[in-house]
Order: sequence, then structure tokens, then C-alpha cells
Amino acid sequence: MLLIHLNNVSKTFQLKGQSVEAVKNVDLDIEKGEVFGVVGYSGAGKSTLVRLLNLLETPTTGTVKIADYEMLNLSNRALRAARQEISMIFQHFNLLWSRTVHDNIAFPLEVAGVAKSERNARVEELINLVGLKGREDSYPSQLSGGQKQRVGIARALANDPKVLLCDEATSALDPKTTSSILELLHDINQKLGLTIVLITHEMPVIQKICSRVAVMEDGNVVEQGNVLDVFKHPQQEITRTFVRQVTDPDDANQAIEEQLREEKGTVIRLTFVGGDAGKPVVSELIRACDVTVNILQGNIAQTQNGSYGSLFVSIEGDEKQLQDAIAFLQGHQVEAEVISDA
Amino acid sequence: MLENVDWENMLEATWETIYMSGVAILFTFFFGILLGLILFLSSKGQLWENKVTNSIVATFVNVFRSVPFIILIILLIPFTNWVMGTMLGPNAALPALVIGSSAFYARLVEIGLREVDKGVVEAARSMGANQRHIIFKVFLPESMPALVSGITVTAILLISYTAMAGVIGAGGLGDLAFRDGFQRNSTDVTIVATVIISVIVFIVQGIGDVLTRKIDKR
Repeated sequence: MLLIHLNNVSKTFQLKGQSVEAVKNVDLDIEKGEVFGVVGYSGAGKSTLVRLLNLLETPTTGTVKIADYEMLNLSNRALRAARQEISMIFQHFNLLWSRTVHDNIAFPLEVAGVAKSERNARVEELINLVGLKGREDSYPSQLSGGQKQRVGIARALANDPKVLLCDEATSALDPKTTSSILELLHDINQKLGLTIVLITHEMPVIQKICSRVAVMEDGNVVEQGNVLDVFKHPQQEITRTFVRQVTDPDDANQAIEEQLREEKGTVIRLTFVGGDAGKPVVSELIRACDVTVNILQGNIAQTQNGSYGSLFVSIEGDEKQLQDAIAFLQGHQVEAEVISDA
Repeated sequence: MLENVDWENMLEATWETIYMSGVAILFTFFFGILLGLILFLSSKGQLWENKVTNSIVATFVNVFRSVPFIILIILLIPFTNWVMGTMLGPNAALPALVIGSSAFYARLVEIGLREVDKGVVEAARSMGANQRHIIFKVFLPESMPALVSGITVTAILLISYTAMAGVIGAGGLGDLAFRDGFQRNSTDVTIVATVIISVIVFIVQGIGDVLTRKIDKR
């Protein structure tokens, strides 16, 4: 079931007499219950895009439909009511430092006019859900980044929203904390069936929890689809760069560069998708083609639609053996790409 | 030593100073925050963005802030007569005190509000908060340390203003120091009045510092 529908949405800012097109003619459909990722570098327009969903920014053209709300036709009062169902978490958490954890989480309930006793019960429930029991009376300044984001998430869930918008929610956190926050978001998505729209500049975040992804560049959505498909067949150069954030860590590039410089063999990148990731392709290759295979670097990334692995090998042999080897690999439905520069 | 000091007069003058400052602080806190809110919220990019309102309030604040207090008292004599129905005693000084210090405090309030994290305001909007929520649940509580340290500075300014209120016969320690101390050439009276005013200032500053520290959870 379609939950979010953006039709030809653009946003132009007027800055010092100059007009800047932050978002250009974006069409986007997001299903109920999915975790949808938007990835792009800073300045790509993804922060603006996510604010067009809850109308923190008003689109210059186009229409935004969320659940049954035609967002642009709502009165101010109706828009405020709708926003209680479209909540948001932020990169810098944006908690009120003057309020305790408990009172921060109570804020949206106060806004919604929930009675005090009911409010306290709900806050307690949320504190347990995000794992902050015992920290109710702390102030945000006494919490770590990860704990602050947990407060942000609890606050966002207070009014049982239909959609959770995440604006670079893990970008200010270290990798370990990022994983725990992503796990929490994944749990919430599974348990509550909450639709999540997440924007980030980090492909590993997309890989870990999103089922579908849109890639943004210069205000345009240049590519979108199932996360595994995008990993398998990135269509755009920028998408390839993002996929490499997951598959090719920096030290791999160094090893490959060295191998290329020494000209000791042909460097090939093998890509395994889904079930193929488990096959003993390399040992079969050595037996079948009589080549020497040197493994440089390997990596498996788990996405929500299946696993995606890449393996860099250097193959030594004559021209004929090499061609045979590549043919053998492609026969086993493993993608093989000869790398000439790192 | 201190043979010219009439302690009964001194005590009365002390109470007059405390009374004038105390009442004026309460009104200044209210009007200053009101003016500061209007000044801030009507500025560019804020909730009530409105050039006309902003320039009217800004002009009002600037004029009353820049007129020397002693002149302000005299200029406001007709206004005071109309509001208070009298030109006698400590009450006669209140309108000038409140207007002069509210204008000063309004600027401090504006600065304090400007320091509130824009992200927090955005978060409140994303939760469906209306303007009343944003003002009373976000802007004012989040800027409270600045508002309190601002009213402390303003209160001390007010105490020094009360010293000039003697011009219109409002009494107080400043008036006593001038009439008894200076004009009758009794330096000891001036010194005692000065010491008492200093003690009041220290106490006010101390209370302000403690409050600010207590409120500030950043």
C-alpha cells in the first residue's frame, strides 16, 4: 500500500536575489512499512527533500501526499495535527536542554493535549522501548550521543506516528553507536510496522536497514530501486561511488594498487549476489583453469534483500588461461570485472 | 565618625531604594520580555516576521534606551502624573524606571532568544507545535539562563537609576547622599549610603548568579 507519494516536487530558495534549486522535479513513491533510504552527498538536496514531506519547507511546485493527507491543501491547524503522525529525528538530536529525558519525551504529548496521567504512562512505556530505563531524570547534557538519539526516537514515537523521518540520524555518532541506533530503528520498523524514511551520506547505513534506496545528486533523484539491485547494477557513476563505500575499504585499494604496480597478475573484482556468495568458486577456478589465484581483499555486505559480496583476486597465468578463467567465472553467474586502476 | 548619620532616615531611604528597585524589576521583567519577544519574533525569518512592527518596537526601544535617565525622568513628568496621579514619593519614580529599564532589558531578551537553537524550534514544529507552544515551551524556557542573567544586569542598572530619582523627590539612598551628604557637606552620610547601595548590588548579583547556575542545565 502506498503511503507517501511525491509528484513532480521542486523547491527553489531565493538567496540574496539568487535562486537556488535545491530539489528538482522529484517523483517518489514509498510503501507502507518499508525502510526507504535517500543517499547523497551534502548539498544534494536530501535534507530539503525530507523537510518537504512534513512541510517544514513548502514545495515550490508539485504535490505531497502522505497517507490520506494532501499535505498542501491542509489548513494550518490540520497540518499541525498531521505532523503528529509524521515525526522526525535529527542529526543533532535537537532535544530541549532545559527538560529532563522524561519531559523531553512528554513534549509531543503536551502538544497533542494528552492528559498528564496518560502522558506519564506513555513516557514510561517509551523509555523502556528505547532502553533508557533509569535515565528519566537526567538532562540531555548528561547523556552520550547514542542516548540522546534514543530520547529523540522515543519523542518521535510518542504520538504513534505513521511515518518516521530520519535526517542524518546517525551521522554524529561513532560506528558502534550507529549500529545500535540502526538496530533500534530496524526493531521499531518490524515491531510497529512503522514506515521509515532515512536520509544519509553513508552507504553502510542504507545497506544495513533499507529495503529501497534513492540516490540524489544536485537536487535530482538520479537512481532508485531495491537496495540489492542498486548494489548489483549501479547505473550512475555517483551510485557506484556510494556502493564502493561498502565494498571497497580504503586499505583494499592500496593493496590492489600495489599489485597493479608490480604487474604480477591481472586484478579481477568478483561480485557475488545472494546465494552465490557461499559457493566455492575460487577453488573450482584454480582446479579448472590451472591458474594461480591470489586473494587481495574480500567483503560481504548484508542488505535487507540478501547478501552482496565482493572479492578482489589477482590471477597469474598466460593470456589463454586468463580468458578461460573469466569465462569460467561468468559461467558460474559471478560477475567478474578486470580492474586496470584502483 | 558618622556623627551626621541619622539612622532612621538612612533606614527609610534604604527601604525606598529597595521598594523602587523591587517593584520596577517585576514590571521590567514582564514588559522587557514582552518587548524582547515582539522585537525578536517580528525580525527576519521568525514566526511573526513583520518589518513595520519590528521597526516601530526597535525605534521605541532605542529612543528610551539612549535618552539619559535623568532627562527621561523629567520628560516623563506629565505621563507619570497621569498614570500615578501623583508626583510625590517613591511611586512617582516607577514609570520612568520601568520604561527606561524595560527598553534596556528588551535588547538583552532579544539576544537571549536569538541564542535558542534553531534545530530545537524546528523539532517542535515537526511535532505539530503551535506558536503558543513554541514561545512558552521552547523559546522562553530554553533562553531562561540568559533572561535571568539579563534581569540581574538590568536590576543593578535600576538600582543606580533610583539614585537619580531624587530629582523628582522620590527619595531613596541616592537622594539622601545628595541632599544630606553633598549639600550639607556630611561626607559620612554619603559614604554610608554608598556602602548600603553596594551591599544591595552585591546581594542582587549573588542571587542572579545562583539562579542562573541553577537553571542552566546545558
